[in-house]
Order: sequence, then C-alpha cells, then structure tokens
Amino acid sequence: MRMLKSLVLLGAMAIAPAAYAAGEEIHLPETRFSSDGIFGTFDRASVQRGFQVYREVCSNCHSMRLLSYRNLSEIGLTEEQIRAVAADVQVQDGPNDEGQMFERPGRPSDRFRRPFANDAAARTANNGALPPDFSVIAKAREGGPHYIQALLTGYEDPPAGFTLGDGMNYNRYFPGHQIAMAAPLNPDQVEYADHTPATVEQMSRDVALFLHWAAEPELEQRRQMGIKIVLFLGVLGVLAYGVKRRIWADLH
Amino acid sequence: MSIGLHKSEFKNPVIRWVDSRLPLFTMMQKEYGTFPTPRNFNYFWNFGALAMVSLMIMILTGVFLSMNYTAHTGYAFDSVERIMRDVNYGWLLRYVHANGASMFFIVVYIHIWRGMYYGSYKAPRELLWMLGVVIFLLMMATAFMGYVLPWGQMSFWGATVITNLFSAFPVVGSHIVTWLWGGFSVDNPTLNRFFSLHYLLPFVIAGVVFLHIAALHITGSNNPLGIDPKGPQDTIPFHPYYTSKDSVGLVVYFIVFAILVFFMPNYLGHPDNYIPANPMVTPTHIVPEWYFLPYYAILRAVPDKLGGVLLMFGSIALLFVLPWLDGSPVRSMRFRPLARIAFALFTLNFFVLLYVGGKPAEEPYVTISRFATAYYFAYFLVILPLLARLERPLPLPESIARAVLGRGGGPIPMAAAAKPMEKA
Ligand code: HEC
Ligand code: HEM
Repeated sequence: MRMLKSLVLLGAMAIAPAAYAAGEEIHLPETRFSSDGIFGTFDRASVQRGFQVYREVCSNCHSMRLLSYRNLSEIGLTEEQIRAVAADVQVQDGPNDEGQMFERPGRPSDRFRRPFANDAAARTANNGALPPDFSVIAKAREGGPHYIQALLTGYEDPPAGFTLGDGMNYNRYFPGHQIAMAAPLNPDQVEYADHTPATVEQMSRDVALFLHWAAEPELEQRRQMGIKIVLFLGVLGVLAYGVKRRIWADLH
Repeated sequence: MSIGLHKSEFKNPVIRWVDSRLPLFTMMQKEYGTFPTPRNFNYFWNFGALAMVSLMIMILTGVFLSMNYTAHTGYAFDSVERIMRDVNYGWLLRYVHANGASMFFIVVYIHIWRGMYYGSYKAPRELLWMLGVVIFLLMMATAFMGYVLPWGQMSFWGATVITNLFSAFPVVGSHIVTWLWGGFSVDNPTLNRFFSLHYLLPFVIAGVVFLHIAALHITGSNNPLGIDPKGPQDTIPFHPYYTSKDSVGLVVYFIVFAILVFFMPNYLGHPDNYIPANPMVTPTHIVPEWYFLPYYAILRAVPDKLGGVLLMFGSIALLFVLPWLDGSPVRSMRFRPLARIAFALFTLNFFVLLYVGGKPAEEPYVTISRFATAYYFAYFLVILPLLARLERPLPLPESIARAVLGRGGGPIPMAAAAKPMEKA
C-alpha cells in the first residue's frame, strides 16, 4: 500500500514537466527577471524602458493588437504620458457623417497601432516572413521572457558548415537556428530617460520584461491574491483537520 | 408506498411543511446524514466528493465564461484574451476553468485507481462502476471539445488529428469525419458545434453522476478491506464522520488547485495554444492535453492507423468489462499478494504511457510505448483472469470492526469470508 502511494506520487511528479520537452534541446542562459518566482513583480522602471524599446524599435514590425494605450497606466505611465503616446500615431476612424473614413490622432482607448495593414503586407516588407503579434508572445514561447531575451542576444556567426537561407540570420536560441528577423537591437539604439546605458543586454532584458507584462498583465494581482488564499486555506486545513480529529476521537 | 403526506420528522414548521409534501429533506438526511458507511475509509474515499465538487466548479465557471466567449474562428482567440484582460476577474474564471479540467482529471484518475485497487468494480457494484466509466468517457469528450474553444494552434491541430482518427474506419470513415466537421476541414462549423456540445455534455455528466450515486446508495460503499459490513458495529453515519473527513480532503484539493491557478496557471498547458490557430502552419509536435497522453501513446504504438484507433478505444472499453475479467472473489488487493504487484506495475506502466505520449514518435519512445501498451492490455486480458484462478489470497478479517479496532478474534478462513460477497 505504502509502496503504491509513493509510486503514484513519484510518477506524477516526474512526468508532468517532462511531457512536453521534446526535440533538440536548446538551453537558455541563466537569467533572472523581477517577474520570476511566486513573489515576483514587474520592475516598473524596467518595464517602462522596455516599452520605450518596443515603441521605438520593435513596433516597426511587430503589432500588439490586444493592447490599448490606456493599459499603459498599469505600468505607471501618467494620464498625460499616455495621451501623448497615443496622440503620436495616426489611426483610421470612420465612417463620418459623409460616409468617409478619416485619420485622426490616437486616443488612450485605441488599440496599439499595427505597423502593417495586414499579414500579406507584413510579409512583403519582411522578406516573406511574418513578424508575430506581441500581445501574448511571452505566454506563447517556452521560457517566456527568458527565451525572448536569449533570442535578442543570441545572434552570432553560423558555425562552419551551416548553410543559411537567403536573408536568414543565425541565432543560437531560435528553434532550427535560422531566423528571418535580423538582429533588431544595436548598442545605444534608444536613449533611456533615466540614463541607464542602452546596451543590447539591457534593452533586451527591458523589452522582454515589458512583453511579459503585456502577456500577463494580471500577474501581480494574481500572485497577491494567491498568497492570501493559500495562507487562508492553510489555516482552514489545520482547523478542518482538528475538527475531524475531535469528531473521530470517540471511535478509536 | 401509500398515497398521502409523508410523515416528516423535522421540527421546523417550514421544513416540515415542504418535507411532508416533497420529502427532499428526509432523503438528504437518509442519504447523507444517517447513511450507514463503513467505518474504515481511508483518504482515497475523498475523491468521489472531490469529483463532484470539480464538476460543479466547471459548470459554474463555464457558464460565466460563455457569457463572454465568442464561438467564431475569427473572434474566439481574441474573446478568450479579452476575458483575461477586460472582464472583471476574467483571468480568474478562465484559469480556474482551464486548470479545473486538469484537477478534475487528476481527481477522477485517482478515484478510478482507488476502485481498481480495492476491487470496487466487483459484484454487486458492476453497474455503478460502468456508469463511472461512462462519466469518464463523457469527460474526455467534453475536455477535448473545450480545448478547441480558445482556438489556438493546439486547439486547431489537436481537433484535426483527433477527428481524423475516424477516417481510419473503412467505407464510412471519411463520411463520419465530414459529418463531425460540418464541412471539409476543421473550421467555423466545427467550432460552433463543439461549443454547443461542450456546453451540453457537462449536464449529461451531471445526470449520469446522479445515476452513479443512486446506484451507490443501493449497494453501499466498498471499503479498504473489501469485505461487506456485517452489522452496526462496522458502520458509522455519514455525517458528521465523513463530512468532516471529506472537508479535510476538500481543503487540500483547494490548496493544490490554488497553487496551480495563482502561481503556475499555464504550467499544464502548451505554449503553442497562445498562438492563434493557423491552418497553414503545422506545429512541430502536436500533443493533446496531459490527461489524454496515455491513450495517445496507445494510439501511436502501432504503425497501422485503424489498429491504433481500435487499440485506443479498446483500452477504455476494457474498463467496462473489468468486473468480468477479474473473477477473484476477493475485492481488496491488500489480500491479493500477486495481483497487488501486477497492479503496482500497471500503475507505473500508466505513467510510462503518459510520458511517452508526450514525446515525439521516434525511438526509443516508440518501442517503449509498444511494451507499455502490451502490458496495459495484458493486465486486463491475461494477468487478472489468470490470477483469479491461480492466486491464493491472504485470509480476510472477520469483520471491519475487528480489523479496525483490533479487538479479539483472529482471521477466519478465506472461503467463509468470501461468502457474504457472493450472495450480495
Ligand atoms: C525589421 C522588422 C523587425 C523588427 C524591427 C523586429 N522584428 Fe522581431 N521578427 C521579425 C520577423 C520577420 C520575425 C519572424 C522570424 C521568423 O519567423 O523567422 C520576427 C520574430 C520575432 C520573435 C519570434 C521568434 C520566435 O520564436 O518565433 C520575437 C520574440 C521577436 N521577433 C522579437 C523582437 C523584438 C523584441 C524586437 C524589438 C527589439 C523585434 N523583434 C524587432 C521582424 C522584426
Ligand atoms: C466536465 C466539465 C468541463 C470540462 C472538463 C471542461 C473543459 C474545458 C477545457 C479543457 C477548456 C479549454 C481551456 C483553455 O485552455 O482555455 C474549456 C474551455 C471552455 N469551456 Fe469548459 N469544461 C467543462 C464544462 C463547461 C461548461 C459546463 C461550460 C458552459 C456552461 C463550459 C464553457 C467553456 C467555455 C466558454 C470555454 C472557452 C473559454 C476558454 O477557453 O477558457 N465548460 N473547457
């Protein structure tokens, strides 16, 4: 009986994480993000810098169609800042009273503007490859922000004998190692307002954390709630067990 | 029963008024209050109640998700993300529902395991057991269709692979598939019907659960010793003894559930399902949800498609006839030294199947899955029938009370102990 129980437990613990690890193993470098662990939160300064990187670099190719400018208040942007960010882009609206579509400056309630009108346009501009939407990219890749950061810093020369396709780039962490996106970040590509040195390493960390926030904006609230609920259940469990012991006491 | 008002024993005038016209309170009192229950349940007997709670949680969260979900290929993915972002506590609803499915399967797998170890499927509980297998099948259908609803890459490709299985049947196969799809590929009609059925089936499950429990209350519960209660000294009223014991299990269940939902909500899912469905791009490895992996492994164990499909359905069909495959009169494996080992191996083997089911179809996993599949079938078709004849069970205790309280009286010979079961 005891043997069976431990068997079941052991099996259950061993299997779950292993079940999906398949194919060629690519090991991500050890990195730590403020969002790691059960107490992890989003470092606001880093997320805001990450937004700057997204806005100035990645948004030329990658959309974030599920986010609205108003969502930026969650990472600490003020109302004015958000209005300014939104007003910076022109969005199509309409039809107006005359039935015409028209362009107007963005508003906080607008979704992030897409760089391309449609997928075909995006492919045409990118050598046939489609830059994926970023709304949930951190949930859509094994390793989340760790993978994104690794990808952005993983560009290198292909090893001898590796033939790259036309317009492709070698990346150590991309599955298959051939990626259509050229290294998007170069040192000092953006100028951080807080004077953090804009190394590729720093920018990639910041943008990876920003993308993690974008994919799981509820993360902090979820964990805070979870800690309270688990603590409460722990106490309740002790009480329930005590009650059960008392009720059963007269049987033994 | 004679016609006329029921003679209610409740004091409260309102309860009494209702109860004498519709004796619901008397029924609850009888079935869940004073219901005589073997005194020796261990914590494995929590899992029936936990399964019931799981079903209620799924229906409750499901109804609220449906209020915000859009069953259309163009909107489904975004509507789920909108639930996560813009609906108040929508992320909680969705993560409880998605992880609730996993919790439901964990609970039901343990519940089934309990039944197999303690011989709960044997006479007189065969029908009760078979109703349980029906519930399990309906759960699989429901979860499969639910997983299609968020319309991610695994939703789409999982649905494509699984529905395509039916094409293995000769002559009618391709017609069945077209009929299931409502077209010539997994598309909007498929999503729509899956949503409709996903909403419907849990209520069918609830109906079968009712029958399952009604049957239970005819035969009474089995217990870890597998011997029948012989008198009042062997039983205790369900309330407060088992209500209090179930509460302990329930809290532990909620703790595990909460850890999943709040700290690792996507751990049991697949990242690819956060990529919107794309019929033009096939994921490198199409894997179903973890709870289907053992059967997925059996499906892929043989190179022949029809063979694989038949084996997979067969592996569950065997559960239906299990009461007749295992002819041993001794229920609990505590008293079956050989069956116990065979069943320990079966348990381990099930995890092996689960593991290889999540691996790509290449060596060494293919060979492992073949051996594991062979053992799965051998356990039911060869080992249990043989052991029923060959095994010498250990002596059974004379009664539950004797065994639990350890007062007086040694064990009695096998033959005498097995008798009461046969007449029941
Ligand atoms: C010039 C256009 C362009 C820019 C600018 C750009 N990307 Fe990309 N990105 C692409 C293309 C094209 C792909 C698709 C690559 C492929 O599938 O081979 C891609 C793919 C990706 C992927 C997905 C890789 C995978 O696992 O599938 C990530 C993550 C990514 N980019 C991050 C970024 C980040 C972060 C930035 C900003 C720092 C950025 N990209 C800027 C064009 C761009
Ligand atoms: C036996 C009970 C049930 C099981 C096992 C089950 C299982 C599932 C699963 C696995 C998903 C996919 C979750 C995801 O990855 O996003 C899902 C989604 C969904 N289910 Fe259920 N479900 C059950 C009951 C119900 C009921 C009763 C309803 C409606 C009344 C419902 C409504 C929905 C909706 C709207 C979705 C799509 C939203 C989403 O994907 O999160 N479910 N279900």
